[in-house]
Amino acid sequence: MLEMVGAPATGQGGFVDALLIGAPVAAPALAAVVALARRTPSRATGWMSVAAAFVILGSGVFAAVLTVDGYALRAGSLLRVDALSAVMLIVIGSVSVIATWANVDFVGNELASGKASSADLRRYTTLVPTFLAAMVLAVLANNLGLLWAAVEATTIVTAFLVGHRRSRGSVEATWKYVIICSVGIALAYLGTILVYYAAQQTTIPAGAALEWDQLVAHSTELDPGVMRIAFALLLIGYGAKAGMIPLHSWLPDAHSQAPAPVSALMSGVLLPVAVYALIRYRVIAVHSLDPSFVRALLLVVALASLVLATSLIIAQGNYKRLLAYSSIEHMSLIVIGLAIGTPLAIAASLLHIMGHGLGKAVLFCSAGQVLLLEGTSKIAGVRGILARRPVLAAVFGVGFLALLGLPPFSLFVSELGLARAASADGLTWVIALALMMVVIVFVAITTQLAPMILGSGSGSSAAGRDTGSTTPLVVGLVALATLGIVAWPVDQLLHAASLIAGTP
Amino acid sequence: MSVALFSQLLYLLCGGLLLSSVLMLWRRQLSALVGLLAAQGVLLAGMAALLGTQDGGLELYVVALGILVLKGGVLPAVLRRVLANSGAARETQPLVNVPASLLAAAMLTLLAYAVSRPLVELDPTPITHAAPVGIAMVLLGFFMLVTRRRALSQVAGFLLLDNGIAATAFLVTSGVPLIVELAVSMDLLLVVLVLQVLTVRLRTAFGDTDIGELRELKD
Repeated sequence: MLEMVGAPATGQGGFVDALLIGAPVAAPALAAVVALARRTPSRATGWMSVAAAFVILGSGVFAAVLTVDGYALRAGSLLRVDALSAVMLIVIGSVSVIATWANVDFVGNELASGKASSADLRRYTTLVPTFLAAMVLAVLANNLGLLWAAVEATTIVTAFLVGHRRSRGSVEATWKYVIICSVGIALAYLGTILVYYAAQQTTIPAGAALEWDQLVAHSTELDPGVMRIAFALLLIGYGAKAGMIPLHSWLPDAHSQAPAPVSALMSGVLLPVAVYALIRYRVIAVHSLDPSFVRALLLVVALASLVLATSLIIAQGNYKRLLAYSSIEHMSLIVIGLAIGTPLAIAASLLHIMGHGLGKAVLFCSAGQVLLLEGTSKIAGVRGILARRPVLAAVFGVGFLALLGLPPFSLFVSELGLARAASADGLTWVIALALMMVVIVFVAITTQLAPMILGSGSGSSAAGRDTGSTTPLVVGLVALATLGIVAWPVDQLLHAASLIAGTP
Repeated sequence: MSVALFSQLLYLLCGGLLLSSVLMLWRRQLSALVGLLAAQGVLLAGMAALLGTQDGGLELYVVALGILVLKGGVLPAVLRRVLANSGAARETQPLVNVPASLLAAAMLTLLAYAVSRPLVELDPTPITHAAPVGIAMVLLGFFMLVTRRRALSQVAGFLLLDNGIAATAFLVTSGVPLIVELAVSMDLLLVVLVLQVLTVRLRTAFGDTDIGELRELKD
């Protein structure tokens, strides 16, 4: 039933395996079907997604317990769960619990305000859990073709979520998003085909040439010439979904136009899953290629994206776009961790993915409430929220402090881990440059944000409006602080995952 | 089928694919683009069927039929509907003019042959020797996508790129496993349907399908 990582596929998984692998896909799929079947959506439809998110989180925790010793659960040859997948399941689960919880109020507000038709809302409440199912499938996939198809499916599913508003801005954002991401992901498909081609020329059994565990086991036999082209294509392709240069330009538009819970899911789940695909491919690439080529490619892309994000954050006048560029900044830091590639660096990157996901979910959802309260997403238009909505302002402010890497939140720990990993591997200049950017972002964001939260108030007429519950956001912040203070819930799991994905 | 006849037919199909790709850069009539895409769909289906005669299995014939229906029939039909609704018949002002596009096409094809050398060297058979054609189509599609401004031309560029990937897949690996092929085709169909809905929304929101008009969002 259970087997060691890297060992060839021998048997089919048992009942527990099938349940743990099936439940996190089936639960959101079921929620989607129910939402589709209901003619008029209600808050109850929203709660179905929350329940599905809890199932994903629960399966992630169970999977973590089972895989922490280096075992892998499987269902056939298509699906497989190891510690790395378990980490990603927990990320998807925890981010989506916060985002779908906040989403219940979003749907309620839309219903009450009559801004969206019930057909639009029905589509919206169907697509949110469908998106979750596709993301879960991506991290469960052992077959790299299936991984690709699941990531591509999210482009289609989220298109109408980004374009939910149908304003000029959101139609424009959706068009750019679909075109750029489809092209990017098409290049990733070409990369996948080239990996398949290289695998066919090795001793991997004919039917298993796209299976990740087989590819890792036979990675030294893969042709370096073909793999070099393949890895570059995969980096551009999945990099486009992760918001990396050169196909990054869709991200600030889409994130700033999408409804807040969708932005939270895209930033906290979609981008990390694209990075996760790169984590899987990097393991194959470093063994089949000159590792310094892989590292150089990842570093160039990550550092260029980091500099771009920083320069656009400095003069940003729109807080939703600011959050979007901050996502590019954090994905760049995570990809720098991949470039370093040691188990320590991978563990730090994974912790950073967790912390960033929770932080961004809280921030995008609270930004959505600020938008509802103030009616503008311009930083200059929002002054002194603390005086009018103290809890919301506190959540928004503390969320930013967490995202900027202040202790006790876990992003502080993961950034420290990245710095340690880089200097241990002789990449001090990289981390010096990265930390410089982090400091610049820190200064830029705090100076922009202070008057938003603390300044003397404006537009006090909206003070009484109900913008939704802050409970899920507070829960998110508590989780984020817990991760930072006591490492015990995840450190063993991160260690196990880093042994799978890291190379000394 | 003799080896000589097989290779001749294969190279003929590849020549047709490359020619139709270059023609797409040449023609500015949007309906011509749709026709060329449909022709490419038929050529790709022919390629799958031809490879099927060597393979001996049934799988490639099924794939060939699927491609014929999807890329030769369904997708062009969707694009024709978009065309009928959009009211725009011609590419207005491509960012690069036609002679320069054709010159670029020649350069990109040469580039494709240069970069795909490792692919041919890994397993030099008569089939993989044609692989640069697929890569050239990918590059031409990408070029078309970034230099055209009509929504439909951009979609056509994307589909050309995708055809290039499909051709490469056939030439280097005789196609991907059936389950992956199914997922990919499904995704492609849905993307095009999403883009169809979006062109309608673009027209409603902006009164036109010229992507150059999209300047609401910037820093």
